[in-house]
Amino acid sequence: MIAYIVRRILYAIPILIGVNILTFVLFFVVNSPDDMARMNLGMKRVTPEAIENWKAERGYDKPLLFNSASQGVGQVTDTIFFQKSLKLFQFDFGTSDSDRDIGYDISQRMWPSLAIAVPVLLIGLLVNITYALLIAFFRATYIDIWSVVLCVVMMSISGLFYIIGGQYLVSKLLHLMPISGYDTGFAAVKFLILPVLIGVVGGIGSGTRWYRTLFLEEINRDYVRTARAKGLSEGIVLFRHVLKNAMIPILTGVVVVLPLLFMGSLITESFFGIPGLGSYTIDAINRQDFAIVRAMVFLGSVLYIIGLLLTDISYTLVDPRVRLS
Amino acid sequence: MMGGLVILWTDALVFLLLFFSVAFAVYAARREHLRGPWRQVVRSRVGVSTLVILSFYVVIGLLDSIHFEPQFSPDQQTGAQVQSSEVYSLFDRLVQPLRVRQEKTYSAPLATHLYAKENIEQPDGTVIRDFPRLQYGGAHLADPERDWAQDIMRLSLIGLIKGLVVTLVMANILFALLAARRSGGFAGAAKEVLSGKSDIPWRSVLITLGLLLMVLFWAVELSGRYHLLGTDKVGEDVFYQALKSIRTGLLIGTLTTLVMLPAAILLGIMAGYFRGWVDDLIQYTYTTLNSIPGVLLIAAAILMLQIYMSNHADEFNSLVERADLRLLFLCIILGVTSWTGLCRLLRGEAMKLREVDYVQAAVAFGVGHFQIILRHILPNVLHIVMITVVLDFSGLVLAEAVLSYVNIGVDPTMNSWGNMINSARLEMAREPVVWWSLMAAMIFMFTLVLSANLFSDVVRDAFDPRLRSSR
Amino acid sequence: MSDTLLQVENLQTWLGDGERPVRAVDGVDLEIRKGETFALLGESGCGKSMTALSIMRLLPPAGRIVGGNVTLGRTALLELPEYAMREERGGRMAMIFQEPMTSLNPVLTIGRQIGEAVKIRDGADSRAVAQRVVELLRSVGIPDPERRINEYPHQLSGGMKQRVMIAMALAGRPDLLIADEPTTALDVTIQAQVLALLKELQQQTGMAILLITHDLGVVAEVADRVAVMYAGQIIEVATRERFFGHAQHPYSQKLFQSLPNAEKRSKQLAVIRGSVPPLNQVFTACRFIDRCDRAFEDCETAPGWTVLEPGQGARCYLAGHQDGVTIVEVAEADHTPVNAATSLEPLLVVDRLKVHFPIHKGVFKRTVGQVRAVDGVSLSIAPGKTLALVGESGCGKTTVGKGILQLVRPTAGTVGFAGDELTRLKGSALRARRSELQIIFQDPVASMNPRMLVGDIIEEGMKAQRIGRSAEQRRSRVMELLEQVGLPADAAGRYPHEFSGGQRQRICIARALAVDPKLIICDEPTSALDVSVQAQILNLLKRLQNSRGLAFLFITHNLSVVSYLADEVAVMYLGRIVERGEVGQLLAAPKHPYTQALLSAVPVADPDLKREVIRLEGDMPSPANPPVGCHFHPRCPVAMPQCRERYPDLIRLNDGRQVSCFKVEQEQS
Repeated sequence: MIAYIVRRILYAIPILIGVNILTFVLFFVVNSPDDMARMNLGMKRVTPEAIENWKAERGYDKPLLFNSASQGVGQVTDTIFFQKSLKLFQFDFGTSDSDRDIGYDISQRMWPSLAIAVPVLLIGLLVNITYALLIAFFRATYIDIWSVVLCVVMMSISGLFYIIGGQYLVSKLLHLMPISGYDTGFAAVKFLILPVLIGVVGGIGSGTRWYRTLFLEEINRDYVRTARAKGLSEGIVLFRHVLKNAMIPILTGVVVVLPLLFMGSLITESFFGIPGLGSYTIDAINRQDFAIVRAMVFLGSVLYIIGLLLTDISYTLVDPRVRLS
Repeated sequence: MMGGLVILWTDALVFLLLFFSVAFAVYAARREHLRGPWRQVVRSRVGVSTLVILSFYVVIGLLDSIHFEPQFSPDQQTGAQVQSSEVYSLFDRLVQPLRVRQEKTYSAPLATHLYAKENIEQPDGTVIRDFPRLQYGGAHLADPERDWAQDIMRLSLIGLIKGLVVTLVMANILFALLAARRSGGFAGAAKEVLSGKSDIPWRSVLITLGLLLMVLFWAVELSGRYHLLGTDKVGEDVFYQALKSIRTGLLIGTLTTLVMLPAAILLGIMAGYFRGWVDDLIQYTYTTLNSIPGVLLIAAAILMLQIYMSNHADEFNSLVERADLRLLFLCIILGVTSWTGLCRLLRGEAMKLREVDYVQAAVAFGVGHFQIILRHILPNVLHIVMITVVLDFSGLVLAEAVLSYVNIGVDPTMNSWGNMINSARLEMAREPVVWWSLMAAMIFMFTLVLSANLFSDVVRDAFDPRLRSSR
Repeated sequence: MSDTLLQVENLQTWLGDGERPVRAVDGVDLEIRKGETFALLGESGCGKSMTALSIMRLLPPAGRIVGGNVTLGRTALLELPEYAMREERGGRMAMIFQEPMTSLNPVLTIGRQIGEAVKIRDGADSRAVAQRVVELLRSVGIPDPERRINEYPHQLSGGMKQRVMIAMALAGRPDLLIADEPTTALDVTIQAQVLALLKELQQQTGMAILLITHDLGVVAEVADRVAVMYAGQIIEVATRERFFGHAQHPYSQKLFQSLPNAEKRSKQLAVIRGSVPPLNQVFTACRFIDRCDRAFEDCETAPGWTVLEPGQGARCYLAGHQDGVTIVEVAEADHTPVNAATSLEPLLVVDRLKVHFPIHKGVFKRTVGQVRAVDGVSLSIAPGKTLALVGESGCGKTTVGKGILQLVRPTAGTVGFAGDELTRLKGSALRARRSELQIIFQDPVASMNPRMLVGDIIEEGMKAQRIGRSAEQRRSRVMELLEQVGLPADAAGRYPHEFSGGQRQRICIARALAVDPKLIICDEPTSALDVSVQAQILNLLKRLQNSRGLAFLFITHNLSVVSYLADEVAVMYLGRIVERGEVGQLLAAPKHPYTQALLSAVPVADPDLKREVIRLEGDMPSPANPPVGCHFHPRCPVAMPQCRERYPDLIRLNDGRQVSCFKVEQEQS
């Protein structure tokens, strides 16, 4: 087991290096730091000095890969690639283009993100599984057919509509909850209910439909017939046999996104004004703050790889047939 | 009237795609294993109904993909041919009035007055503050308060009747065509269709088509005199915007797949078939790409494109061209983020297929690798490719809206549902609410995505018998 | 009768609800008495499983019972509401299924799965349940049951899983056990264990067994009474003795005649022409009319049931008018090969062939072990001869075939074919030789690309081997080949799925013949087929061998096929050949204890032949971790101390056969 985890972590290193090189090329080679400076300072009438100044302030004035002006190790370390890209491996995200410590910002803003993402995930899971089980119980009846139609309709509606519609209905017409904002501690709850609710509702369509397929796939298996031949009731067959097997793909599908919950949801957070990592990213994109975008890309890849690892480990926990070797 | 043909990059790709689709249809028609499932699709009521709706969208999209440069005829004052930087599509010509009849600012659907009060100078010189009349919407009415409702009713009725008449004409043409192909005569064919007993559910086709045509004619009648879905901040007709957005939505949904398909198929099959280091390399590539959250990769790429474009502004002839390139680039980058799923699927399938007896038999005959892939592997994974293409479509259309909201979607000057929603959401705070832009975009998008989702369900069921049995 | 346990009357079950539903069960009547074993015999698709599932009311969603009565004891099962039916399932009647691999829930321990069934009947006291589970496991012969209850199904072998299934069925102390092909997925030695277990349990508990099977041998072994099912109907019912001596229905008689065995070696096997009619129609004539040799005008109206003397009846006008099995004379096959082997030089010489698959483990995927699928196999085949390679699943026989063809590259050893060393050939040199060795696979569905036309499939090899100069020539050769294997010429323009299993196997044979091979490796070519179809294929193979001088390496587990077709036999166990010799000698008097056990375990379709089954304990070990010493010693009834230390060499006996066993060695000297 430990050997397996070690091997997976070793395997992750080349992938992260790949991500790192990719972002480096994207952010520094396709467009030079000069271009970025000009963009940031406004397009017209920028003096070369201003550009140099801007670059120097943010450490973009170094050569990309090789610094012939430096001595010894400095020839390699005193470069943009080393300072800006490789340092990410130490989770040293540096400072944003607007001069804030990115690492600190991330550590502050991940909590609001989690406060929304975790309830959405858990409640969504509960709702979708319950609904899907219900449909599976009534399979091949009108309840099944119309539920599937309902699911398809729900998943055909843009997520934006759920948010805008929900805000309009709940906050503006009914005045039940504040439209947006955030608070610290327990006071935050009243700001969280609506986004969580909308997140859950928005996910019902695709989630339920997917779980229904999984359940129906299991229901047609031989062991279910065996269970029925024992004289078990349909409810026990569904709960003890079908659900337990279908939980394997469901759980592993959930585990892979667990780490990514830290990243938050871009849209929800920005609509509801929640100071999480999602709105952080959006703000950064809108402000064209590349240091933050770069940091988030790297963070996202790390979390994704952790997710893959957790998925494999969770298989061994829920599926007795899988043993890691 | 019409000037020289302008072929934008995406236009070229659209017609390439059209060409491929036709070529594939010809290929599929001669192969039972592809024709059979498609036959099943067109025999399903949901299948044909959604197909009618999708075709409606596609026709508009295609009309909107034939671009011209307007030419001013020489007899105008300047006497010379002046080419403006604007580019118009065939569709623009068809709905010319919608495009040119601009109001000052917001107006509600079918309104006769502007949304906001303004100072109006009365003929007698006094100035009052009131909702001014619209320049075009309901301009023919002498007294809007009195005539409006009646006029709307009249136009609606005319539209609906026109739609009905056209439907009936088409139904009769259909019956005649069907009657010509088999015995039973016209009445027999009509009876068969109307009782829902024909092989292809023509009745469903006719009902869907009828509804669609009635809505269409109704819209045509009303939008001739009013702004059917209101106007936006700068007074542009929202109905026109929503229609123009169809092309964008379709392009994102289809071009993205077209762009990623060759890579996904080639690499996926190669990884699964050859295994070894080829597999390792390809797996590494897609795991790496996959590990970057899609939105961030798109954001990074689009930001870089923006910088490039603003620094090289002189390379683009017109705004349209620039927006078009951005759209193409968006498709490419969306493709980069979405090819991995299909690639992994195909890798797994190819891995299974290389061990299958008939591939082993081919090896035992000394058939080369290339031949085996072409003859045995590729045809046996085509259905997966097809299902993926159809399933991905609706997701991509929805993604466009979200990306545009984050400002990393299509060019802000381009008509798209995402941009419409994006600009409309700021107005939700107004009192009274400006809801029509949002609604228009949502309805158009919802219809397309719902049809595509239902259609893809039918297609998947037809091509994947394993899933069908689980119903 | 008072001792009737289950009465089925005019049962009708339809599948699908289109305009033409499949009438899978179309008016079945049967009666099972207390404590008896009633066999329902039939070929695939005849509706026998559907009958069983209808009785249990466990039909798949597409199926529905449209008519008839099923009475268990005094209860009319089809009228029970679902909750009451659940009481019966697993209570008075229980069922076990064909595929023990998929019939157990993979994520629950076997203790839990059996416990579930116990709990319904005996209440929820968990101590008592646990005790009963252990008891049940012990009664089905699972060693160390206390430990096993915490294991998951995947940790058990196929035979063990079927025992668990039986234990689960016994939980409700049923009066009737429905066993749907319970041993079909198992190897013969395991099959013998399971059949013996069922018999034993029946004696202990007095339950009746409805045994559904396609295997005449199994019927002869365990059944008290037999019903033969054909195309959704029962066409004959008889006691075992009457059935095997005096079958009345022409179909039953033909089944016996189409069984291959040693006596029929020089003859062609009787075949039932054509195939089972599709069941989505309403029959007016006898269902067998198109395939019957003795059909006459009356058969145009479906025959009713004719009751004959003690407990026998048949659905045929001829029933009772003829007695016993009349052997239809089949033209003596020309058994002298056309191009008889001119030299005795063997065509194929395999020497110490090894195929190992590495097992990777650890941080850097080090190779920590080898699956020794084939571990030193030597054999040779002369031109025009047939060598049968016999063994149970997992013994590596298929891998030998693939190793010879270089579809899997051997780890060590040599494969000499007509003077060339195949293991050293590469690329185009190997490709050029490939026309001389061909292969026919077990599964006729998987062995043809479903996306290609039959003509293109047959032509593929010719193109690759550049046989036939023009497309024209190749086409005419395809037609020729189709005719040779007995298919119409228009088959070339159709897709594989339009053909039945037997026809597909013919196409595969035609495909192999297209490149004019000298040796064909037949990898279980008939094991997916019904007996009557098997006979067609065997006849075809034999005819082709005679007319073309083909050599066959016939890989199989079916010993009756071996006795009919093979010249020489090699028996494999865990990657090695344990005995090899001329077919008559070896089958008549096997020397190796494994061969002896294997032969004794095969059920023979002759109830008078009382034979002593040598029961092997346990399962075949994993080829990744073979036992030290003789691989067979843990299961060997005559193992000696030295067997635990060293693997015995293959020694040649006086009569020319080769055996690797210390016991035999001892007896010789």
